[in-house]
Amino acid sequence: MTQATESRPGADAPEVNGPPKQSRFWIVEFYSSAIGKKWVMALTGIGLMGFVLVHMVGNLKMFLGRTEFDHYAESLRTLLYPIFPHGVVLWIFRIGLIVMFGFHIHSAYTLTRMNHRARPIKYQSPRDYVAVTFASRTMRWTGIIIGLYLIFHLADLTWGFANPDFVRGAAYDNLVASFERWPIAIIYILANIALGIHLFHGGWSIFQSTGMNNPRYNSARRGFAAGFAILVAGINCLFPIAVLAGVVH
Amino acid sequence: MSTTLNLKLKVWRQESADDVGAFEYYDVAVADDASFLEMLDYVNEGLILDDREPIAFDHDCREGICGSCSLMIDGQAHGPQKGTATCQLFMRKFSDGDEIVVEPWRAAGFPLVKDLAVNRAAFDRIIEAGGYISVNTGAAPDANITLVPKEAADAAMDAAACIGCGACVAACPNSAGNLFTAAKLQHLNLLPQGQPERLARTEAMVEKMEEFFGSCTNHGECQEACPKEISVDFIAMMNRDYLKAKLANRKRSGQKKFG
Amino acid sequence: MALTLDSKTPEGPLADKWDKHKFDLKLVAPHNRRKFEVIVVGSGLAGAAAAASLGEAGYNVSVFTYHDSPRRAHSIAAQGGINGAKNYKNDGDSIQRLFYDTIKGGDYRSRESNVYRLAQSSVNIIDQATAQGVPFAREYGGLLDNRSFGGAQVSRTFYARGQTGQQLLLGAYQALARQIQLGTVTLYNRMDMQDVVVHDGRAVGITARDLLTGEISAHSAHAVLLATGGYGNVYFLSTNAKACNVTATWRAHKKGAAFANPCFTQIHPTCIPPADEFQSKLTLMSESLRNDGRIWVPSAMEETRAPGEIQDADRDYFLERKYPAFGNLVPRDVASRNAKIVVDEGRGVGSLKNGVYLDFADSIGRLGKETIKARYGNLFDMYERITGEDPYSVPMRIYPATHYTMGGLWVDYNLQTTVPGLFALGEANFSDHGANRLGASALMQGLADGYFVAPSTVAGYLSGLLGDAPVETSHEAFTSSLASTQDMVDQLVAIKGTKTPDHYHRELGKLVWDYCGMSRSKAGLETALSEIPALREEFWKEVKVLGSGNGFNQSLEKALRIADFMEMAELKVSDALHREESCGGHFREEHQTPEGEALRDDEDFAYVAAWEYGGPDIHKDSILNKEPLIFDNVKLSQRSYK
Repeated sequence: MTQATESRPGADAPEVNGPPKQSRFWIVEFYSSAIGKKWVMALTGIGLMGFVLVHMVGNLKMFLGRTEFDHYAESLRTLLYPIFPHGVVLWIFRIGLIVMFGFHIHSAYTLTRMNHRARPIKYQSPRDYVAVTFASRTMRWTGIIIGLYLIFHLADLTWGFANPDFVRGAAYDNLVASFERWPIAIIYILANIALGIHLFHGGWSIFQSTGMNNPRYNSARRGFAAGFAILVAGINCLFPIAVLAGVVH
Repeated sequence: MSTTLNLKLKVWRQESADDVGAFEYYDVAVADDASFLEMLDYVNEGLILDDREPIAFDHDCREGICGSCSLMIDGQAHGPQKGTATCQLFMRKFSDGDEIVVEPWRAAGFPLVKDLAVNRAAFDRIIEAGGYISVNTGAAPDANITLVPKEAADAAMDAAACIGCGACVAACPNSAGNLFTAAKLQHLNLLPQGQPERLARTEAMVEKMEEFFGSCTNHGECQEACPKEISVDFIAMMNRDYLKAKLANRKRSGQKKFG
Repeated sequence: MALTLDSKTPEGPLADKWDKHKFDLKLVAPHNRRKFEVIVVGSGLAGAAAAASLGEAGYNVSVFTYHDSPRRAHSIAAQGGINGAKNYKNDGDSIQRLFYDTIKGGDYRSRESNVYRLAQSSVNIIDQATAQGVPFAREYGGLLDNRSFGGAQVSRTFYARGQTGQQLLLGAYQALARQIQLGTVTLYNRMDMQDVVVHDGRAVGITARDLLTGEISAHSAHAVLLATGGYGNVYFLSTNAKACNVTATWRAHKKGAAFANPCFTQIHPTCIPPADEFQSKLTLMSESLRNDGRIWVPSAMEETRAPGEIQDADRDYFLERKYPAFGNLVPRDVASRNAKIVVDEGRGVGSLKNGVYLDFADSIGRLGKETIKARYGNLFDMYERITGEDPYSVPMRIYPATHYTMGGLWVDYNLQTTVPGLFALGEANFSDHGANRLGASALMQGLADGYFVAPSTVAGYLSGLLGDAPVETSHEAFTSSLASTQDMVDQLVAIKGTKTPDHYHRELGKLVWDYCGMSRSKAGLETALSEIPALREEFWKEVKVLGSGNGFNQSLEKALRIADFMEMAELKVSDALHREESCGGHFREEHQTPEGEALRDDEDFAYVAAWEYGGPDIHKDSILNKEPLIFDNVKLSQRSYK
């Protein structure tokens, strides 16, 4: 394009992020935009919400006793067996989850960078926020907590090196052994509170980011997010509490 | 009957973008039926007589429509009154003895000009990128040839009420320009006349916006700061249109709605 | 030396004049258009529309605005609506009727041919704006809605809530933005025009001050279009935006453009009365409120009850009483003057007794609060924000305030001033509203001039310049203009006096309002003529502008504008003194009917007073030129809204 405005410093718009990326592939262009990244965050968020929900439901089996729980744990490896070889479907899920986490974290990271660039000089007086919630303001922190917790959780109950009593395959015993140590139980509870907070904003945010907007159900969006967060995080917190209280042993 | 308020003002002073700024303090006694900007006028009159340079701030129509005025007042864009631009904020909203902190909008997309005045040219660049319906003068058909459902006209008007003041960017913790861009987009995208260019417009304006501003993380702070109370629903609509704009093969399907 | 004021009105029947004229005008072929440079000053309705249209046609256009963005021009503040003779309501409207209403509303002081063209264009404006996406109010069937407005008995006003001006300006601004993107228009924002450069009797460019750096630069072009609005801020308190000023048109006047009818200013009846001495401006409440609000004051001077407790018998609905046919919808000048009469009688309301009631109780009773809220919600909110009173339960208090200036640079049928190559559009010219403007007509005129008139007539002028390069900015005409502009800046900064620019503006405003406001008398005008030059002299000795001429200096911007108001005010008063009649917004106390209505003198004053700059002693030096107004199509009559 030709010159649009007589460019005088101070009168023309500043340079901040530079022009958008051009690509032959629409999906790359899409992802390079902030709105595209929010879409990706929302879609991966939906996938991850599905995961935490199923994970929570599966874990409820611990109240049915060792046999049921270990059977459930083993059944994850035999999903769709014998159509697929042993463990393959689980690995497909695992890879899917890793990819979703990857994109979720990558987009969060790049958007955070972009947002810091967008306000290099902060307000010099305290802000008086009206709409932001504790959840929306702490998404980055709750996200980091969840990420660290996830690594610990894998080390504790999947890989086992964070759990001195770990026995491969004995899912129920590993879990009880872990939760019986109260510092570990507290870590799980705190991390799940962070997860709940993250879900509270994320669960609502999904609707905005993907343009799911209809005056008929808009009022229900906050309720859905709150309900989902309480359901998943609340029940997840029950597990260590149940072990500490001796209900599950 | 008006009463007099004794206030302590803490105002950001900065000679130019390249200089270092700082807060300065002023005591002012002003009638509570003065507007906020009249209060600043009054402070300025005193400063001039005192041989101190008056505070620079953008303002013009003083009836809440031109979008010139700005100001972060006590940590809120356009101050504490909802749905009100600074020029329509009256001192009766404050109490005797208050300290009032006044800062400029802060965003990389709105560089500081002087004191409280900032440069909002980025908004013009966003409009230039596609915020219009391409119709040359004289080429228009009769106004009643296209029926516009009242609801669509009303919703478009809700979006079109935007005054381009930049409060959304200023209030956003991420300095995102999404509410402005969405309002301008959906004003046109909601109308039948806006359909032919809908997707191209969305793509161009969103990508221009992202050259200057941060990203939306759905705090909703913009909607609260907006003097015209424009809803974040328009941001959701923009997000959907943007995906469509990227998905659609416009060479074959035109700008037809996708999905 | 007297000017020859050739209106260039085409021959032939009124309805065919514009078509005939467009045919007679020479054209510029599309491939030649890019060889022409056109400068447009101002980015309001007229400026943005003209710049966009000329850009679309293919000319190289530069737009200058002192705002940070073209969208901030004061056209944006117009609330009520825009007239269009569409007759969508089937209530007997037509181009002829809009023409007639406008001529009559202007008290027979405008040029027939221009007004007829305005009425013709009104129809195209509605089409154009709708196509641009202006969200005009709709009926449930999807068709455009209309409402009625003061001075008319038909519903022909199109509106977008209470923000019609904003939406029309955004339409024009967006059209302009499109041309900026396409590269046909270059935008110079935060640039304040200082002077018109004239060479060989033609306008060849401008000089402008960069408000950010203070640098004054020269810009050359084949034609210059001034769309810089009116001079209402000469009163200090007005409904105009704070930055509205007369500088562009006044400096053009000093370079040879005649200034027409400067005494014709419109006082808008429905503004919020001033509350205290800090008041920096007055806020208008759309005239559309008069559709559903009833205007009254207590019958008795000593009334002390709250408005709700005053029975109907003790209320004086003075407009309904005096003008039964039009009632609360009489034209603005009539409504304003009558409000002044009752307030001067001591029957004003509010703690300062400086207003009249505009009461919605009956309409709320008849239509329900929700309907009133849907129609005027934003205006009611605004009223409450400003006054702290709830207009749903307590009647609004209103009082007239300066709103619009019908006078402006004299232009011919081509909108060209007396300086060839210099055009004036919109409120900046004098052409269409005579001595009083009807509601919803300013938007119409700005857009008619910008979209439909100027693109044709400017082309007609440019066609004669094919092959001529613009004058180099190194030419003496430019350098001397740069020097004199810089000199004025330097002088103002050097005074370092004792009083602020606003102080002088306020003083000037008080003089002009008291002696040349809603009602004027010979004695008062003569007082003003002695006091204004004295105030001007004091201003140039005592004004205090801090800071330097280099850089962002809002005090200096103000001072530069006030300096021009100081001169212009004197011409305005001069004009008011010379016009020994009452017409429209110009009410001379010596000339009224026994009932106190304006008494026109068509015998002696049916002309446009076009003043030519003669020297710094404005009253004595200015030269009066007269363009007789010829009415072939309407019969002059005493306006009656009874």
